[in-house]
Amino acid sequence: MPTLTHLQRLESESIHIMREVVAEVERPVMLYSVGKDSAVMLHLAKKAFHPSTPPFPLLHVDTTWKFQDMYRLREKAARDAGMELLVYQNPEAIARGINPFDHGSLHTDLWKTEGLKQALDEYGFDAAFGGARRDEEKSRAKERVFSFRSANHRWDPKNQRPELWKLYNARKAKGESIRVFPLSNWTELDIWQYIHLEQIEIVPLYLSAPRPTVIRDGLILMVDDHRFPLRDGEEVRMRSIRFRTLGCYPLTGAVESEATTLTEVIQEMLLTTTSERQGRAIDHDQSASMEKKKQEGYF
Amino acid sequence: MANDIYKTDELIARDIDAYLEKHQHKTMLRFITCGSVDDGKSTLIGRLLYDSKMIFEDQLAVLEADSKRVGTQGQEIDFALLVDGLAAEREQGITIDVAYRFFATDRRKFIVADTPGHEQYTRNMVTGASTADLAVILIDARKGVLTQTRRHSYLAHLVGIRNIVLAINKMDLVDYDRARYDGIIGDYRAFADQIGVGSFQAIPISGLKGDNITSKSDATPWYQGPTLLEYLETVEIDQTRMIERPFRMAVQWVNRPNLDFRGFSGQIASGWIKPGDAVRILPGSTTSTVARIVTLDGDLSEAGAGQSVTLTLADEIDCSRGQVITPADQPLEVADQFEATIVWMAEEPMIPGRAYIMKIGTTQATVTVTDEKYQVNVNTMAHEPGKTLALNGIGVCNIATSKAIPFEPYAENPDLGGFILIDRLNNATVGAGMIHFALRRSHNLPWQTIDVDRTAHAAIKNQQPRLLWLTGLSGSGKTTIANLVEKKLHAMGRHTFLLDGTNVRQGLNKDLGFTDADRVENIRRIGEVAKLMTDAGLIVLTAFISPFRSERRMVRQLFPKGEFVEIFIDTPIEVAERRDQKGLYEQARRGDLKNFTGIDSAYEPPEAPEIRIDTTRLSAEEAAEAIIESLSMSF
Repeated sequence: MPTLTHLQRLESESIHIMREVVAEVERPVMLYSVGKDSAVMLHLAKKAFHPSTPPFPLLHVDTTWKFQDMYRLREKAARDAGMELLVYQNPEAIARGINPFDHGSLHTDLWKTEGLKQALDEYGFDAAFGGARRDEEKSRAKERVFSFRSANHRWDPKNQRPELWKLYNARKAKGESIRVFPLSNWTELDIWQYIHLEQIEIVPLYLSAPRPTVIRDGLILMVDDHRFPLRDGEEVRMRSIRFRTLGCYPLTGAVESEATTLTEVIQEMLLTTTSERQGRAIDHDQSASMEKKKQEGYF
Repeated sequence: MANDIYKTDELIARDIDAYLEKHQHKTMLRFITCGSVDDGKSTLIGRLLYDSKMIFEDQLAVLEADSKRVGTQGQEIDFALLVDGLAAEREQGITIDVAYRFFATDRRKFIVADTPGHEQYTRNMVTGASTADLAVILIDARKGVLTQTRRHSYLAHLVGIRNIVLAINKMDLVDYDRARYDGIIGDYRAFADQIGVGSFQAIPISGLKGDNITSKSDATPWYQGPTLLEYLETVEIDQTRMIERPFRMAVQWVNRPNLDFRGFSGQIASGWIKPGDAVRILPGSTTSTVARIVTLDGDLSEAGAGQSVTLTLADEIDCSRGQVITPADQPLEVADQFEATIVWMAEEPMIPGRAYIMKIGTTQATVTVTDEKYQVNVNTMAHEPGKTLALNGIGVCNIATSKAIPFEPYAENPDLGGFILIDRLNNATVGAGMIHFALRRSHNLPWQTIDVDRTAHAAIKNQQPRLLWLTGLSGSGKTTIANLVEKKLHAMGRHTFLLDGTNVRQGLNKDLGFTDADRVENIRRIGEVAKLMTDAGLIVLTAFISPFRSERRMVRQLFPKGEFVEIFIDTPIEVAERRDQKGLYEQARRGDLKNFTGIDSAYEPPEAPEIRIDTTRLSAEEAAEAIIESLSMSF
């Protein structure tokens, strides 16, 4: 028997985690954000339960402001997996017309943080798979694989359960829920290598192409649809760009790049000098901001 | 310099495919770092991340700003800030939990568990060590081997880590003095022998200055060994050990997409398997052969330790989560009493006799500590007597589980010998344990043959023992009827005993609530007590709601055929609720009383009771008469 490689070990661990959840909780769901981590997570779910269809639905907490390419892949990926796709949009955010241009951090709070809580409550999910990795951000380095949330979805860093060996304690009281992170031990490079090796379909935006852009507040933003209001003096220019991380298009900064294939992207990533989350506007305030977000219930 | 070791930038730029091909065959090493508060642990890890270019420019900018603001190194970069994650602990200046860090070289991917060093957090270190292949134990060269060093080494050894690196840090502060270094190694060796650590690798380093971390230091010409990173990259991971052991796979999940497919999914704990291999399912005596090893990428011709797979078997047999698949000729031991080391992780102490939930492999059982043999003082390694275990306490205990568990000693197979303990009320993980051995095998445990046996007990009372099990909703009249039956039997000169809520719930079972789990345990205990009483020759009456069929069946199975008499006190819920003498239904309807049978907890009526009493047609007196009569008393 050959020794398992690091990717094989990671894959096997993630599958083990997913099966534990399905065996021990009543109503699991997989949070599917259409990003590269979600793509890997979905692929692992197919592996974990084959020949069964993964025994849980996909949930996309939508903000209506994602890239059009993401919406396209979302439908296709769910269809290919044969899984039910639930799309949730916070009705309050719809009613108030919350958008990233006028509402700043309220946009994330209402669409994502509140939207996620509402969706979990509405469907009564007691466990939600998320694609977060411990290497993404400092406060995530201490996150458990099984992260407990109180009945009002709060994360209490002082009250998390120790995780020993492969033994995950999934017991909980009524109303409590678990966020489960099967990719906890993967790094960004692992994700890319795995996508490459397993030929997993990802949103084309990860690969470079000429796209309409403006530069605003130091970020290269893509003008993905007609809702993008131009400020005085701004002009839309075609630039060869790609994205290292995908979210709401008005909040996600691109990098200029000529990497049009997956291996070229990996190559650029390995030679690059800025971290992945830098493209996300919400992290810039202070280095502990993610932790605050998490306590409030942001995934 | 660092680039040469960690990332071959040149190869990445020139031939990315070659680079990726190379990196797909990397192995993985998980290690923990342990040290006291000021040993420079965070600085060392920060340095490894920094030198491995895992720190990007934007993070570096934050780091530089933070270093000036809250750092302890003046205007220099404070590497420790890279790893001290949570805001609260940053303010306190200490790490308070287990954090996982990642870096990679050309040869290996590394996962570092950063565990805190101070005493109250033994829990965290054991947690971090449980998944580690290797431990880096930091020693401050100025201070030498301290109590904490001993504690960390003992804990690493306890959890089964075979690879220990003694990183003698802050060598710059002792002028790279070789005698000092050798002295510390001597001290440590004496201690290591004492606790059974066979070998270790000592390395003189400076986390702050970078000596012997990624490249050999000019300041220690007298040191010929590997740098820390060299050692981590090349140390043999004990990967072959588990694959060479017999095949074991705990079933996690039964995969049933349709009626034609029944697969058993799990992660292989040890050994390897191929189609055609004869297997046994434990606990139990079922055997079969492996038909297929099913994966999304097609069937495998073999699979081994560490892989997550789905097996199908040649025969249609019962096999469910918690059972373990083994080779037919190399089964596991199955037992329900063990000696184990327990590490306590909760504020509320471990109490012998209290029931906890044990999770081991993929199975759960109720467990109690029957005897605490001794506690280990982690500072002196002394064995001390104890009655309980406090937070961070370590004790060697005898434990008893509610059901037979297939296992292997922890030292041989951590997946099948390591367990966690869960509090039954708040579901917290309160302890971790490692099985040493089974105290006796439960499956061949004979009851002691005693001359005065149950027949003798019954004979002297001139009666046939019986268990009259009354079941029905709250307010159905069980207790009233049971009392009347007992009075009548007593008048007939029979030796009886009535078990009901008043004499059981307030004593034997006062630790139990009304959750489903507690209800199950409640009935189990009553069944066992009733069994002892019938062994003593008594006619036992019980009056409990006992809502679940499976528990009533479980009790029935404890008794010889004919001895268990199920009596269904059949009262429709509307009638019972109308009576509601204690006002319980009203409380339950208001939501003040949770898990109330018939309201928000199910009642499963008996399907074939020996006796059925319709209380809408019979008075209590008539019901009691009817019971006595239909028993056609052979007492």
